Amino acid sequence: MPLLMPLVVAALLFSIGIYGVLARRNAILVLMSVELMLNAVNLNLVAFDVWLRDELLSGQVFTLFVITIAAAEVGLGLAIVLLVFRNRATSQLDELVELREADALRGQPDVRAMR
Amino acid sequence: MTAVVLAILAPTVAAAVGFFSGRRWPRTAVPVAVAGAGVALAAAVVLCARAVRDAPLGDALRGPRVPTGTIELGIDLRLDGLAALVSVAVAAVAFAVQVYSPAYLRGDPRYSSYTALVSLFTAAMMLVVFADDLFVLLVGWEVMGVCSYFLIGHHWEQEGARAGAVKAFVVTRLGDVGFLFGIFALAFAAGTFNIDGARLAALDNGIPQSSATVATLLLLCGVVGKSAQFPLHTWLPDAMAGPTPVSALIHAATMVAAGIYLVARLYDVFLLAPATLAAMAVIAAVTMLGAALAALAQDDIKRVLAYSTVSQLAYMLAGLAVGSAAAATFHLLTHAAFKALLFLAAGAVIHAVGTNQMPDMGGLRRAMPVTFVTMTLGLAALAGLAPLAGFFSKEAVLGAAEESALHGSSAGPVPTWAGWLVLVVGLLTVSVTAAYAARLWLLTFFGRPRGSGVARAAPHEAPPAMRWPLVALAVPTVGLGALGLQRDRLPQWLGVDEQLHLGVVTSVISTALALAGAAAVVLMWRRDPAADPSDRLARLRPAFAGAFYVDELYDRVFVRPVSAAARAVRWTDDSVVDAGVVGSGHTATRLAGWLRLAQAGNVQTYLTGMLAGVVIVAVGVVTLT
Repeated sequence: MPLLMPLVVAALLFSIGIYGVLARRNAILVLMSVELMLNAVNLNLVAFDVWLRDELLSGQVFTLFVITIAAAEVGLGLAIVLLVFRNRATSQLDELVELREADALRGQPDVRAMR
Repeated sequence: MTAVVLAILAPTVAAAVGFFSGRRWPRTAVPVAVAGAGVALAAAVVLCARAVRDAPLGDALRGPRVPTGTIELGIDLRLDGLAALVSVAVAAVAFAVQVYSPAYLRGDPRYSSYTALVSLFTAAMMLVVFADDLFVLLVGWEVMGVCSYFLIGHHWEQEGARAGAVKAFVVTRLGDVGFLFGIFALAFAAGTFNIDGARLAALDNGIPQSSATVATLLLLCGVVGKSAQFPLHTWLPDAMAGPTPVSALIHAATMVAAGIYLVARLYDVFLLAPATLAAMAVIAAVTMLGAALAALAQDDIKRVLAYSTVSQLAYMLAGLAVGSAAAATFHLLTHAAFKALLFLAAGAVIHAVGTNQMPDMGGLRRAMPVTFVTMTLGLAALAGLAPLAGFFSKEAVLGAAEESALHGSSAGPVPTWAGWLVLVVGLLTVSVTAAYAARLWLLTFFGRPRGSGVARAAPHEAPPAMRWPLVALAVPTVGLGALGLQRDRLPQWLGVDEQLHLGVVTSVISTALALAGAAAVVLMWRRDPAADPSDRLARLRPAFAGAFYVDELYDRVFVRPVSAAARAVRWTDDSVVDAGVVGSGHTATRLAGWLRLAQAGNVQTYLTGMLAGVVIVAVGVVTLT
């Protein structure tokens, strides 16, 4: 199988992931998009492993590690999102702007006050 | 020399103990301070006895040298007759004041710091008296100045006390600037900071006349400031805002006499500079008569005594100007006794009636017999009536003036006209002095009580602690004049090579003038006992009461322009310098505001920016390599 095909698929997956991370507002969807990006990388790892005929199959081993760690990371991430939702009754990313410069948006209505 | 060190150290230790323990154990304040002054007095008496026995005495204690690069300083002390006699006057008055003060300031919450400052002052004055190095003397001189400042401002709740303290400090400091440069000028002319060294250099013709004139004129600035002479006399009447015992000690008997003492100490240098002596004669003549006339119209009993002090200090300066250090020192000693007595007696009167204003007193003769008798003696001594101390010392000054007026060329470097000036003005002042003394006496002790309220109900004799210092000071007020009869002895004790001149003609004239001045006031008073004799001055009275408007003149010429300049500086600081600083700050903040807009808190915006950056860098790397 030519190397090109999985690379194109991985690039597409990565781009979708980036789009999701940058454009989606829901924290869960952003997390899912991050997973898409990770999987794009996994696909690349597997594809290059096969193409290079690596004796130790390090690419595939590495992929397995990534999947495991990603699972743990998603667990943590979802827990954080849940706590945020419990505390703030929202998981919209653009409403969670506590870390902004205090009066950079002076003159604009406070997002929380609008609710 | 142990006694010298003891005389300086005992009040110092008392002051230190007072400062550190006074707040915790206020009861120890009085015994500690009285003990310090008592030890100093005992030491001074021992020294004085030695000075009288071994006259002429000259004993130096050479302390450590201080290298300065050019002329070295030395922590030197010196004991001679002049220092010993003056130290007794200082210690005696200080002791009397320390005994008197607890009764006068009963219940004062700041008494411990007050008494510690008085002790510190005593130590500083002792240092001035015994210093043999111009810089050691300067240290004592400035410590006295700062003690004077704190003690005038003792009642700092009152506006007048604060203003008086600041005025005293600033005005004397003005003179001290000249004084400091005078020390340098003298040291560079004589090649040493040592006082005795400078004196010996002057005797050996080691100091050229021009540099002696410059140095002595500069030193005279400090003397005029400290001793409250004409251009810089204005601080002393305002210093009366301090407690009365302080006025007695610092602003009558001792500190203000330090200027005179300094001139007497460096007299051989001053004799090299006829121009300085002439300036001293003119200053003394102006101050003498002007202050006496101002005293004639004051209503505040302490201000009368303050102007009287200024006038009497002018007599001492006049004595120095006409070439008699012995006469000036003699007057210094007697004045210390009778003026301290007068102030303490005035304090007793103020304590009894609760006011400084003489129009509210009157008729206190019966209620306060001890105060009446002692103050009468003090006033008679001030007026220069015959058997009392003031008579002899004043006659010594006038006699010296007569001597230099009649035999000017042979007597020394003093110009003849200066002798005449001092003699004529001095005789006139005698009559004015007698007049204001009589006025004070009549207004305070005779007539009907004019006071109102509590004071009128029960004017009482002072408590014993205040009475005994009065009686004790009355003794030298009466008897110290006998020193003047020893025409050769006193100058010999002082270590001065001259004789006191008690001229018969001047004595007769001045006694007649004094009696005339007093009689005029008494006659006016008898015509209408309720009226103030000084009302007869009519249109001159406001000018006298305002001390010839010197204060107003200074206010116009110096104070207001300086205040205006200060306001201008403040405006420049606020509206130009500060505006620039604040403006640049605002500009930076506003510019930064544009950058801060990017920090909106939206993580996705940050990420987008980051990604865009990465893409641009990547594209750049690819295309450019």
